[in-house]
Amino acid sequence: MQNHFELFQLPQKFAVDAAALDAAYRDVQARVHPDKYVNASDAEKRVAMQWATRANEAYQTLKNPQKRAQYLCELNGVDLQIESNTAMPMAFLMQQMEWREELADARAGKDADALDSLDQQLRRARKSRLAEIEQQLDAADFHAAAQGVRALMFLEKFGEEVRFAFDAIEA
Amino acid sequence: MALLQISEPGMSTAPHQHRLAVGIDLGTTNSLVATVRSSIPEVLNDEDGRPLLPSVVRYLPNGHANIGYKAQAAQTTDPKNTIVSVKRFMGRGLKDIAYAENLPYDFVDAPGMVQLKTVAGVKSPVEISAQILATLRQQAEDSLGDDLVGAVITVPAYFDDAQRQATKDAAQLAGINVLRLLSEPTAAAIAYGLDNGSEGVFAVYDLGGGTFDISILKLSKGVFEVLATGGDSALGGDDFDHRLFCYIHQQEKLAPLSDEDTAVLMVKAREAKELLSTKSEVTVDAMLKSGEEVHLTITAETFQEITKHLIAKTMNAIKKALRDADVDVDDVDGVVMVGGATRMPHVQRAVGDYFHTIPHANIDPDKVVALGAAVQANLLAGNRAPGDDWLLLDVIPLSLGIETMGGLVEKIIPRNSTIPCARAQEFTTFKDGQTALAVHVLQGERELVTDCRSLARFELRGIPPMAAGAARIRITYQVDADGLLSVSARELRSGVEASITVKPSYGLADEDVARMLQDSYKEASSDMQARALREEQVEAERILLATQSALDEDASLLSDAERAEIAVLMQTVREIVAQSAEGKADHSAVKASVEALAHGTEEFASRRMDRSVRSALAGKALDQVV
Repeated sequence: MQNHFELFQLPQKFAVDAAALDAAYRDVQARVHPDKYVNASDAEKRVAMQWATRANEAYQTLKNPQKRAQYLCELNGVDLQIESNTAMPMAFLMQQMEWREELADARAGKDADALDSLDQQLRRARKSRLAEIEQQLDAADFHAAAQGVRALMFLEKFGEEVRFAFDAIEA
Repeated sequence: MALLQISEPGMSTAPHQHRLAVGIDLGTTNSLVATVRSSIPEVLNDEDGRPLLPSVVRYLPNGHANIGYKAQAAQTTDPKNTIVSVKRFMGRGLKDIAYAENLPYDFVDAPGMVQLKTVAGVKSPVEISAQILATLRQQAEDSLGDDLVGAVITVPAYFDDAQRQATKDAAQLAGINVLRLLSEPTAAAIAYGLDNGSEGVFAVYDLGGGTFDISILKLSKGVFEVLATGGDSALGGDDFDHRLFCYIHQQEKLAPLSDEDTAVLMVKAREAKELLSTKSEVTVDAMLKSGEEVHLTITAETFQEITKHLIAKTMNAIKKALRDADVDVDDVDGVVMVGGATRMPHVQRAVGDYFHTIPHANIDPDKVVALGAAVQANLLAGNRAPGDDWLLLDVIPLSLGIETMGGLVEKIIPRNSTIPCARAQEFTTFKDGQTALAVHVLQGERELVTDCRSLARFELRGIPPMAAGAARIRITYQVDADGLLSVSARELRSGVEASITVKPSYGLADEDVARMLQDSYKEASSDMQARALREEQVEAERILLATQSALDEDASLLSDAERAEIAVLMQTVREIVAQSAEGKADHSAVKASVEALAHGTEEFASRRMDRSVRSALAGKALDQVV
């Protein structure tokens, strides 16, 4: 079974050329999409659906940096253990608590500017975290990268809460 | 039926052979059929030259039905048997139907999908829609002079699985081969995009008679990619009529209305809405059967005021869709208006203001969906030259989930996932020794089971008794290119399996559809019997040849046992065809043997196809493997 990188004939590393990924995805879909097999037999339609499903799954995984990093860890035998391993460095947890307080204040005060600033901080944190993960993956330190991805998932989840808060203020 | 030939992807039919395919817009208010002739999409008019078929079916005491204009004319005189806006009832239970108490029908609250009691018997929305579809199919075959190979049928982007399945069932009942269910805004985008050669991000605002959709699409060379979709499958022009209806009722202080008077006033409300698209005020005059008289002037401002909340609802859906698409309002390059209800000037203004642009409306908003569907049908039927081709990537509108302990919904496939898609998740047992697991499939965004739509329930039985939490049950959701779901469950330690194609419990079961089709065949003359036999014999010859040539080329993909099994099935087909030539077997016997062979060679076909795709992706020359 080909992995997602092989399916799109892309080098197996974190840095992905977004344009090349888009082009490869479209090329694969142009060959396997069920729309190309409307007049085929049921068996052929089913196979086309399975291939198109795979192509979508592979594309969504490689397009999203967090999923891509997680996938690279898994390909290299490091499971993220998202549910069992929630240990985080103390500094990271302190930062989280600070942000959560800021969010609560902003929500209570319906303060869109404060939310904006929080959103900016989060974006920066995600960006630097991703840069770090890239270095770890390139250095084949998959355990460190997995730890980084777990932290990134915290950030993503918090980012979602910030978006909900924006919605609440708008509504 | 298993066609065993394998053709290069994208070239599934022989060139120069035009296959008749149509696009059908099965609308709440009006329906249309369109096709592509000499590379130009056009709506096929009825014999009186009218492009629109009112989506109205009137049932008569003799069991027959009038469809379209003739039915519409009886709307006020025979409201109980004249079904309008049946699309609103598709895949819906009685409690889902807004203002059911204002509708003149005798609803039967069947489990899941509501049914309607008419003078010709109890009818399901699927059967009623099938009447409309059959009429359009006939209209198309009459004007094209041949049988159709299939149709693309449009559905609101926001239709859930139950509504899509009901639509597909209706088409099947009307004898239509569904090439694809296509989202209405996507169809509109195809019609516009190909016309104007546009590139960029577009929003399609589709306000029809009974449904509202918003889709955000990215158009780039040869690809239509839906980024996100949203809407409300129970919001449309009808609601604007209803607001006017209530306003008139209230202002004129009318007594509760009879069914006839309700129908009269609804027609007046609709007329007023249409006039207000071009006039600044309109006066409604009506003489009711109750003896009450209506005389009321309504201004465009008043109309705008009393429908403000309806437009606000659409604006909220736009915001959500943009957020899901991760697109800023200023990144939208153009807005396309679709659906008759977008003729209302205050709707156009509100949309234009929001996107800071003047919406495109240069294709007739009533026809654009059918035209786009026709263009897609033409592509799918294989009428396009290689290269003159595009790819359509659509999404599911609503998340699909499963019920977990405590009446909560765990999402398995999130909304706006590109289809086809699949996702598997593992679950476990709750009690020691638990041997069965109930799977409850739901669709919607809310957390509680009671707030989501129940699509299906099934059970996985025969799990070997184990301690609570020891079983590993993998549940797989697969959504196909029509946006339809199938679910399978498997206990990984024992291999026990169960699966279901999500036919909502209230949709027509396959047997029901088969029975209805059978009933219509029973009346067929012996002529048709002979024709049916001839068709089955031809099909038998074809599949025998195809199987033989596949075996000649690829027998290596099969084990000896598999080869022997196929040989037996082939021999059975030959024998039954021989018997049928002597009048000892009828067309259904031939058909059964052909189906058995098709079924028995499915795995073989699937292996050949799989290998063909692998080689194509690996860039090898196709002729080495086909």
